[in-house]
Amino acid sequence: MSDTQWPLWEVFVQGNPGIPHKHVGSVHAPDAEMAMQNARDVYTRRSEGISIWVVPAAAISASSPEDQGAFFEPANDKPYRHPTFYKIPEGVKYL
Amino acid sequence: MNLQEAKFEYLLRLGDSSLIIGHRLSEWCGHGPILEEDIALINIALDFVGNASALLTYAAQVEGKGRTEDDLAYLRSEREYRNLLLTEQPNGDYAVTIARQFLYDVYTFFLYEELKTSKDETIAAIAVKSHKEITYHLRHTTEWMYRLGDGTEESHKRMQTALNDLWMYTPDLFDMNEVDAILINEGIAVDLNKVKEAWEKRVREVISEAKLEIPAANIKQKGSREGRHSEHLGFLLAEMQYIPRSYPNANW
Repeated sequence: MSDTQWPLWEVFVQGNPGIPHKHVGSVHAPDAEMAMQNARDVYTRRSEGISIWVVPAAAISASSPEDQGAFFEPANDKPYRHPTFYKIPEGVKYL
Repeated sequence: MNLQEAKFEYLLRLGDSSLIIGHRLSEWCGHGPILEEDIALINIALDFVGNASALLTYAAQVEGKGRTEDDLAYLRSEREYRNLLLTEQPNGDYAVTIARQFLYDVYTFFLYEELKTSKDETIAAIAVKSHKEITYHLRHTTEWMYRLGDGTEESHKRMQTALNDLWMYTPDLFDMNEVDAILINEGIAVDLNKVKEAWEKRVREVISEAKLEIPAANIKQKGSREGRHSEHLGFLLAEMQYIPRSYPNANW
């Protein structure tokens, strides 16, 4: 199928109440309402979600692969930033 | 005509309309204008086939002659089918598909809203489930009516032509006969005059908002209640029924 001239929208779906919306993919659509409906039809057919966000792909600023060293590697040798010394109470979901 | 016969007829009307329009939509599978819309149409088609399955299963049970939903779907000819004339009209271009679907969705939206309180518990239960699906169908087709009607010159022209061509099949939606009289009296069926009023209001609102014109009602086609169909249904059934008729009781 040839590509469409409609803009691209990134789709975020919330699976359950209280947990974050998660990026699931993208759809093409002429505007926000149709993007929402297309996202509903493409990504929630099997009861995956209870809420949808759609965001114009053009509105997303992304870090570039070259930034990887400066952005992320300095964190690799700072284990004290991880909250690994706390105990997580039993029964807490989605943490 | 007794109550059981009337109920069987009524269930065929509802079930056949869903089955036939579901089949029409499924013809778009793999041919949708874009991937997303292809998936949307097939979702809607599956909703209709699911609804048809529930209604025809119940119809077979009401009839009590040992037939199944498959017997009703695959082994009746066009004169025995009770689907609305609108539902069997060919897909045409995308404007025709959307116009046909929109006119039908507004109809089922108000019809099934009323059926939710039918005194027949099975019909009421099916209506409750289906009405949620229909609410989404209507939302989807309404948005397309706006976008194609109030879109480009070309899309506007095609949308208006589609409405003009389909308009003659709309009186068939509200045709009532003895079946309706018997079932309305029992609180099972819906008075279609009531549905018609709501249908006309909503259709006018959307058509006007979409910058389209209500077509002139010069020709009024009816006949689905008696199994009198347009020439298109026979071809549709030939395709839909080919396998079960050629290979009876085939399993896969």
